Amino acid sequence: MSITFDEIEIGTKLPEWSRKTSFAEWNRFAAVNEEFVPFHMDDEAGRRAGNEQGAFGMGNLRYAYIVNALHDWIGDEGRVQEVGCQYRAINQKDDVLTVVGEVTEKSIEDGKHIVRLDVNVVNSEGEPTCPGHAVVEL
Amino acid sequence: MIGGLPHTKDPATETHKQNNRLFKSTLKSTAYERMSNTKLTYVTDEMLASKGVWGPSRSSYPITDTDIRRWAMATHYPKHPPRIYWDTEYASTTKYQSIIAPPDFNPFAWSLERPAALAPGLAGRRPDGKSLTGMNGGQTDTYGVPMRPGDVISARSRLIGWEEREGRLGHTLYVRTEIEWRNQNDELVKTRISISVRY
Repeated sequence: MSITFDEIEIGTKLPEWSRKTSFAEWNRFAAVNEEFVPFHMDDEAGRRAGNEQGAFGMGNLRYAYIVNALHDWIGDEGRVQEVGCQYRAINQKDDVLTVVGEVTEKSIEDGKHIVRLDVNVVNSEGEPTCPGHAVVEL
Repeated sequence: MIGGLPHTKDPATETHKQNNRLFKSTLKSTAYERMSNTKLTYVTDEMLASKGVWGPSRSSYPITDTDIRRWAMATHYPKHPPRIYWDTEYASTTKYQSIIAPPDFNPFAWSLERPAALAPGLAGRRPDGKSLTGMNGGQTDTYGVPMRPGDVISARSRLIGWEEREGRLGHTLYVRTEIEWRNQNDELVKTRISISVRY
């Protein structure tokens, strides 16, 4: 069951949403987004681009994970209205990325039940990689 | 569109020398004079001239349910995506009454026509003629109506502003671009404000 507007309070946490990311995930995303950039596909190209560990993941995939986490939380009848984030750190191979979030505001605007959150994508080391915000309608 | 590392070279710098001669011959306050007489700037006259001006529009192929299902499967892998993205019968029982696309779905993937490269100078230029390196500094997307199978999306973009700061990477230009997507009924689908970091 998805969460309801009444159940949400300031400080309510977004349920954690995780994926281990490697070529299986990156290549699928490269295929649907037609995002065939050498440093996302090849370790040597990743090193040439300055990442010693080799190939690294797409910012757009992390963005998709934030959207997915929000959708899973509010359900099909809810609506993701806005998502913004900054890419601050590299998504390394085999990272377990976890979307986290916390409600900062809830309001009723023009009869719509609106919830605002701070969101982030945390890597295996617990480092935030992608600080951002979101607005959803329930 | 990546996270965190240099990825683009500015094609504009190839025409830099030619443009530089042009700048020197122009009497009013030009990028050349700004960089030679005052402080360092990567802002070009082309940027000043095009600020706020919408570029040409381009259209997607019609979105299919398979496009949507594949996108949702890829972004949820290895788990299954929500049924509203692939189960027609179920989706007809929701308030949307049909399959919808995930908000982040990109209908412009696999177009035969490539988007025009950014016009020379619109991504900034280094006074010494060397290429600027760019990275994706982030984005905010605001969503309108959902995309559905059969939709044709048109996109246009414009430069909306910039600022320059001394950062960890030296002198850095932050360019803000607005991208607008509308469907075949002229309904707003998405507005994206993106930041390109150029140094």
